[in-house]
Amino acid sequence: MREKIETLFTEIERLTANSLEEVEAIRIKYLSKKGIIATLMDEFRHVPADRKREVGMKMNALKQAATERLQQLKEQFAQNGTAQAGNDLSRTAYPVALGTRHPLSIVREEICDIFKRLGFTIAEGPEVEDDWHVFSSLNFADDHPARDMQDTFYLENGQLLKTHTSAAQNTIMRKYGPPKPGHALKALFPGRCFRNENIDASHENTFFQLEGMMIGENISISNLIYFMKVLLTEVFEREVKVRLRPGFFPFVEPGFELDINCVICGGEGCPTCKHSGWLELLPCGMIHPNVLSMGGIDPEKYTGFAFGLGLTRLAMMKYNIRDIRLFNSGNLKQLKQFTR
Amino acid sequence: MLISMNWISDFTDLRGVNLRELINRFTLSVAEVEEIYEKGKDIKDVVVGKLVEIKDHPNSKKLHLVKVDIGSEVVDCVCGAPNVFVGAVVPFAKLGGMVGGIEIKEALIAGEPSKGMCCSEKELGISDDGSGLMLLEDIYPLGTDIKEFMQLEDTIFEVDNKSLTNRPDLWGHYGIAREIAALNKRPLKPLEVADTSIYKELPQIDLKVENSGKIFCYSCLSIGSITKKKSPVNMRIRLTYCGMRPINLLADLTNYLMLEMGQPMHAFDNDKVSAIRVRTLAEPAKFLTLDGVLRDVDTDTLMICDDKEPVAIAGIMGGELSEITEQTESVLLESANFDAASTRRSAVRLGLRTEASARYEKTLDPELTVPAIERFLKLLKDTDPGVKVTSSLTDCYVKRYDTINISFDKAYVDRYTGIDISSDSIEETLTALGFKVSRNKDEFTVIVPSWRATKDVTIKADIIEEITRVYGYDNFSLNSTMNLLTPVRQNIDRENEYNIKKLLSGRYCMNEVHSYIWYETRLNKELGIITEPNVRIINSLTAENDTIRSTIIPSLLGFVYKNADTEPDMGMFEIGRVADGLKEDGLCNERKRLGMVLASKIMSEEETYYKLKEIVEQLVFSVKNIYPSFYEREDIKSYNYVHPVNSAGISLQNVPVGYFAVLNPRIRNRLDKKLNVVFAEIDLMELEKVAAKEAAYREVSKYPGISVDLSLLTDKQLRYDALAGYISEFKCDYLQEFYPVDVFEDEKLPAGKKSVTLRFEFVSMDRTLESSEISAMVDELLALLKSKGIELR
Repeated sequence: MREKIETLFTEIERLTANSLEEVEAIRIKYLSKKGIIATLMDEFRHVPADRKREVGMKMNALKQAATERLQQLKEQFAQNGTAQAGNDLSRTAYPVALGTRHPLSIVREEICDIFKRLGFTIAEGPEVEDDWHVFSSLNFADDHPARDMQDTFYLENGQLLKTHTSAAQNTIMRKYGPPKPGHALKALFPGRCFRNENIDASHENTFFQLEGMMIGENISISNLIYFMKVLLTEVFEREVKVRLRPGFFPFVEPGFELDINCVICGGEGCPTCKHSGWLELLPCGMIHPNVLSMGGIDPEKYTGFAFGLGLTRLAMMKYNIRDIRLFNSGNLKQLKQFTR
Repeated sequence: MLISMNWISDFTDLRGVNLRELINRFTLSVAEVEEIYEKGKDIKDVVVGKLVEIKDHPNSKKLHLVKVDIGSEVVDCVCGAPNVFVGAVVPFAKLGGMVGGIEIKEALIAGEPSKGMCCSEKELGISDDGSGLMLLEDIYPLGTDIKEFMQLEDTIFEVDNKSLTNRPDLWGHYGIAREIAALNKRPLKPLEVADTSIYKELPQIDLKVENSGKIFCYSCLSIGSITKKKSPVNMRIRLTYCGMRPINLLADLTNYLMLEMGQPMHAFDNDKVSAIRVRTLAEPAKFLTLDGVLRDVDTDTLMICDDKEPVAIAGIMGGELSEITEQTESVLLESANFDAASTRRSAVRLGLRTEASARYEKTLDPELTVPAIERFLKLLKDTDPGVKVTSSLTDCYVKRYDTINISFDKAYVDRYTGIDISSDSIEETLTALGFKVSRNKDEFTVIVPSWRATKDVTIKADIIEEITRVYGYDNFSLNSTMNLLTPVRQNIDRENEYNIKKLLSGRYCMNEVHSYIWYETRLNKELGIITEPNVRIINSLTAENDTIRSTIIPSLLGFVYKNADTEPDMGMFEIGRVADGLKEDGLCNERKRLGMVLASKIMSEEETYYKLKEIVEQLVFSVKNIYPSFYEREDIKSYNYVHPVNSAGISLQNVPVGYFAVLNPRIRNRLDKKLNVVFAEIDLMELEKVAAKEAAYREVSKYPGISVDLSLLTDKQLRYDALAGYISEFKCDYLQEFYPVDVFEDEKLPAGKKSVTLRFEFVSMDRTLESSEISAMVDELLALLKSKGIELR
């Protein structure tokens, strides 16, 4: 008897039905006057008196379970006007249009958010700049090749389109610095930059960079490397290996090129990293004392680091974009794909 | 630049050093190595052989049957070289050996067996001379492997030139060797040179520097009785491996010196050039350079002339007429230091960048010119001991760099690096790099070596780089900063920009685009869009795209046009910069603008218009908590893409912030007749002038309110804001709000009128209003409206 009840429990639990008719058949089979459970009730009187209580409880529970299951089976057909069992969730009957942000906006804000969490001020500079901000205040010599016409767009009023986000360094130092004792000036400044070059799949004359800097009384190379590692771990959402090489930029001393372990092959060597296992990612360095001085910050008292990140390049890496011309194409077929 | 490890090992001991690890270290401490090439591994079992018998090949006029004595045996071989003769000593690749990576096997050549191969220089990779067999001196035992006297095996690494731009000292092997010696902590050997002081009594060369602005120093020496024509094989191998073509002894030596010391040199034929004048030309002139090109030289370009005419473009290239030839026996050797910037500018103007000019551009050390001549003389004498120096070393030192002294202490290094590098280690590193170090415990004063003092190392921070790069950035312990925390208030305009993008894309389903900061003139023309004249780029790549935009709208209309075929219903926006003309100070009036455009074949023009109006309204409200107003704005009607009637200015608390408009039908027809296009532009900097309002919370009444709908008959022209203005004159404590619920025009209405139904919500905070009170208030309101000429319908 007990075994019979147990079997029935399992049986009921597994019941399925494809139509209301089948549900009715199940009801008749189990719960009608001559159904299995009613029949079982008849057998109850043969149960020895000392076990009646135990078996009785079990039988009640079984009846309860059967009723409940039957109710569930009925409900699946109770939806308004739907004869079918269940809805096809793979169907998109009523697409809700989605807007998108530009992939560069998405990547830019992601990185800005990381730095906001680290207590950086997010700032911005103009796109039309002058020689002082783009070159002189950054310690570029008068005859530096970067000032040549072939690299920089000059305007007829003597201004120029900024070639790098570093152009904002001087303004930011003057606006926010020097830091109060024990504090540090921490700023991040994304922006659009321009270089006078021909456009092809991997070259654009208009692109986004992002620059960051930190200035304080004891900011060191050790801090610089630490922050870069933290930043890149956040950006790539995994532990990244970095290496620094000497790199020359007039506005830092020492200056570095920072490489990361190739994101494609993980350092094994592949065509993307030219089989070196490393990808050149960002230039950085300790802010040149002349640049600090020109920004109104005493280089004997303060030190600082700065770094630049090619946002356009980073977005290309993130989304696996092969042709840089996508960004300024206005092609909605392409741009609509950047839903996050 | 290609660097030979064999060459490096002339100057510092590399025995027992793992070259791959060393090169990796070089990348991390000096400059990026892009590629490593293992040379000579593809040559095996090539030995010295002597041709002992030569017969004509029976089946070929060009081929010969030769017997080659390789010491242990005499081997039969078929040889196609034209320069075979009995007694010739040649490199011979034995069976099983390898040349150029190909194994030498026994073969039938035109029917005759050949058991090896006689090799040319080209086949061995020594030079590009494939004209005949390489002839060896008859001084080696036959059968000697040629690798025993030829440095064929070498590790060559290619350094990224860009990473050397600030290091004039690294444009030759000796400078690279100094770095490698410092990294390996092994000594750097001095350069072996010939002493020129012994020629002091010889006459000076007739040298005059007439234009001193573009030169630091000019050194020269005449050497005669040169008889040898070919440079030693190992020199040729190194030149070839480092990317230069061996030519003849004198040309090779100047190139070799340049690759070794980084000092460009030029050898004039002494019979053609006997005096040196360093000057610019009085008039522009044509000049034939040694590459056979007739070039236009302007009056700004520094020239080397003899007493009559130009013989070389200073620091860039020599002239064809004064060039050394196979016949030259006597040379005038130039070793000079020209100004970096002026050499670079000349090279750019001429469109001629050479190995020499590339080096001068880096600001070379003027102290190199004399040692380079002395080194040249030493190497020349090693090869051709019979040469005679025919002048004294003639030297004109026009300008000198100052000696640079830098003082610092260990505490400075500690602070800058954030780690502890010992004073001993600091001293060791700087000394190895050629700095003269005076040290008193933790205090240092160093003299910067001349080869670093031209621009590269000038201040304390430069010394930090020297110390840390040799210490190794991989060895740094990483530390967070220890600064006090300050809450950072983010710039509200940037936050708003961020919010606007999220709203437009998230709530209004628009797509963000980016466009260029200049007008696309050709596209604008195609669409008939006329833009205002604005500040222009003077060196634009495409002449037509040289005008900086003063508004974003034409860029967006261009995008509408590009997408019109595939997108029947689009909404785009861009937040970008424009230059709205020039300010009074002559600088660009740069503005950050939000441009929006809706273009639809699905919605009617009116629907599109109101949708965009709604978006503008909601958007401004979302960031400011204030609704904008719309007004008639005349100035925008001058844009030919703005609709003559359907346009409006947008203002926020009387600050004009932008406008929106229907696209002018003429342009719409060019774009796509079926497309209804509406656009808006908002100046985000103007918008930021208006402070956002806090949301104002108002207690909600516990008592029920009563709403009353009133249908009013107003003039057709009466704007809603005017009507609302009248109602706001109605002072009533219980009128909580009112808003329109229906507006219609109908011919049944009196002429010139429309019906506006407003809903008025009355409520009291402390009781339920009686209906008699309400009617009294409504009557009062209607009386007020009547005074304005508005009746109940």
